[in-house]
Amino acid sequence: MTTTNEVRKLTEREYEHGFVTAVDEDTVPRGLTEETIRAISAKKNEPQFMLDWRLKAFRHWLTMKEPTWQNVRYPPIDYQDIIYYSAPKRKAALKSLDEVDPEILKTYAKLGIPLEEQKMLAGVAVDAVFDSVSVATTFKEKLAEKGVLFCSFSEAVQKYPELVKKYLGSVVPYSDNFFATLNSAVFSDGSFCFVPKGVRCPMELSTYFRINAADTGQFERTLIVAEDGAYVSYLEGCTAPMRDKNQLHAAVVELVALEGAQIKYSTVQNWYPGDAQGRGGIYNFVTKRGRCQGANSKISWTQVETGSAITWKYPSVILQGDNAVGEFYSVALTNNYQQADTGTKMIHMGKNTRSTIISKGISAGHGQNTYRGLVKILKGAANSRNYTQCDSLLLGSTCGAHTMPYIEVRNRSSRAEHEASTSKIGEDQLFYCRQRGISEEDAVTMIVNGFCRQVFKELPMEFAVEAQKLLSVSLEGSVG
Amino acid sequence: MHLLEIRNLHAGVDGKEILRGVNLTIDPGEVHAIMGPNGSGKSTLAQLLAGRDTYSVSEGQVLYQGEDLLSMSPEDRAVAGVFLAFQYPVEIPGVGNMYFMRTALNAIRRRRGLEELDAMDFLALAKEKLKLVEMDQKFMNRSVNEGFSGGEKKRNEILQLAVLDPKLAILDETDSGLDIDALKIIAHGVNGQRRPDRAMLLITHYQRLLNYVVPDRVHVMADGRIARSGDRQLAMELEQKGYAWLEQQPDPTSRRGAVAQ
Repeated sequence: MTTTNEVRKLTEREYEHGFVTAVDEDTVPRGLTEETIRAISAKKNEPQFMLDWRLKAFRHWLTMKEPTWQNVRYPPIDYQDIIYYSAPKRKAALKSLDEVDPEILKTYAKLGIPLEEQKMLAGVAVDAVFDSVSVATTFKEKLAEKGVLFCSFSEAVQKYPELVKKYLGSVVPYSDNFFATLNSAVFSDGSFCFVPKGVRCPMELSTYFRINAADTGQFERTLIVAEDGAYVSYLEGCTAPMRDKNQLHAAVVELVALEGAQIKYSTVQNWYPGDAQGRGGIYNFVTKRGRCQGANSKISWTQVETGSAITWKYPSVILQGDNAVGEFYSVALTNNYQQADTGTKMIHMGKNTRSTIISKGISAGHGQNTYRGLVKILKGAANSRNYTQCDSLLLGSTCGAHTMPYIEVRNRSSRAEHEASTSKIGEDQLFYCRQRGISEEDAVTMIVNGFCRQVFKELPMEFAVEAQKLLSVSLEGSVG
Repeated sequence: MHLLEIRNLHAGVDGKEILRGVNLTIDPGEVHAIMGPNGSGKSTLAQLLAGRDTYSVSEGQVLYQGEDLLSMSPEDRAVAGVFLAFQYPVEIPGVGNMYFMRTALNAIRRRRGLEELDAMDFLALAKEKLKLVEMDQKFMNRSVNEGFSGGEKKRNEILQLAVLDPKLAILDETDSGLDIDALKIIAHGVNGQRRPDRAMLLITHYQRLLNYVVPDRVHVMADGRIARSGDRQLAMELEQKGYAWLEQQPDPTSRRGAVAQ
């Protein structure tokens, strides 16, 4: 009883430093029934196939049980106590940065976010000087020239229904898992990207330049398709602290790489992690999967996960085409009472397929960090290779690190390697740095960044710089 | 005012007393050597001066340029010009040697109100100092001490000494574990760092380093105290007679310490 109330309070409460949200009539009633699904689909004016798909997912979801195998703890979620749809909200604009919580501004300053961008992130009305709409338009024109389709998921459903129909659920089927199935039934919006044959996307695609265009809410869905020989690099998230009043986030990302195509997907996740006592914070239950469908294709996931109270995600690659390459580079940091159970799955089906997994877990405070990974090399995947390296770094003595690798190799010509290490930031290392004049806090940041270097070097340049700063901000108060 | 003045210093760990009344005075420009058998407290003294908090001081005081050194944090001591060349230099994976040294130097410069060096200026400085210890520039691109041989680690310490430009350099068994060639390089590097405004304190088990770096004063530590002080002759005498000779000497007291009191 009490816990249900607690959850209710948590799910409903506005984040203390949150944005003022305009009164918004365009919502469906609390709770989840077939009617809810129909209402969502109708409000979005979706074609029949979308509604059918959502309903199939919903009916399947009713038969499923919430997973309990992951190494995280949270009170039960009442799925009937969530509002599943509200139209894209317009944030009530603040008049100036003076109205923004000074703590947030301090964080922005530490992250080195330019002033105009700070305003945008904090929901302050932007000056004419920085016209985000015109910036976005310029980008869109440039992309259109190359034939790259990049828009919100809702827009794609309207404009490119054939493509959506062809690829939606082709990597993460509606029946995949409890949270993905829930997402399939109720997802509100997300991103869609299609790069046609032979096209190298001329810029890093990011959600950044449509930050105001779509408030995708808690059930986000992303679909990226790269046709033969195409290349795209996609950046998700941003280092600035993301505030959201929804506690449960269950997103799905699907990537499809056809013959010779390459998709690079980079994430920096910095959702609200809860307070120092572990109250509040986002539950980030995400299903991300890519399919290297064609021969010689490549999918690379890079993630820096510093936010959320609970992170549950395993960006995976199905290596279907011969010679396909899958990569997973991850930094997951848990401080205070944060919990992360994250890793990857590499499913080798094609011949000569290769995968690399580099996972760096950092635990501080009472944080719990679990790497969970599956490397599965099927019978037909002759001469396949996997290399896995899992390193954990502990700060202090009240946190935890766990490594749970699963390796299945079904043929004799393939090879899987696994290396794991756990280390503590040593008194010796800290003293060495401090003796050289480097403050304790800077020393911790330096050591942690060194620990993560293998992963950071996979990030696009400007993202890497931000990620380093982000780590130092996230680690604040974890020493001394 | 002396650069460093240690008065009747008692310190230990977990209630076990290791230093039992150390007295020592060092002036700018001087090179002092502290010798002594294992467990005599030499390294404890070095670490304590650099700010290691493993040890607790029960009595006595340490004045550095007239200020209470023991109340300062390790980084404050570094800013004030105290440098320790570690006996066991620490590895920091993923952190480039160049980046590490530049960060350290700039942290110190910032605190001293000096302008920070940018990457280009620092590279120029590093190149010059690398010559002193006969190190290749590629060392700067490797992670701090990671995969370095014993000799390379020690040279890297002297390199940092040269880059950070301290007033008091404490070298904790920098000569241990080196072959004769490496020892010569280290000694050459140390000699190159002798200056009228800089003092050095060499902690060593063997006197062989002192064949190459000639100290102004030699102290022998035994049982947590400075048992004898003298000039280079003392080191040679020790080499001949061994530390056992010392233990036969009755009631050791440091001459220098007696003067200070």
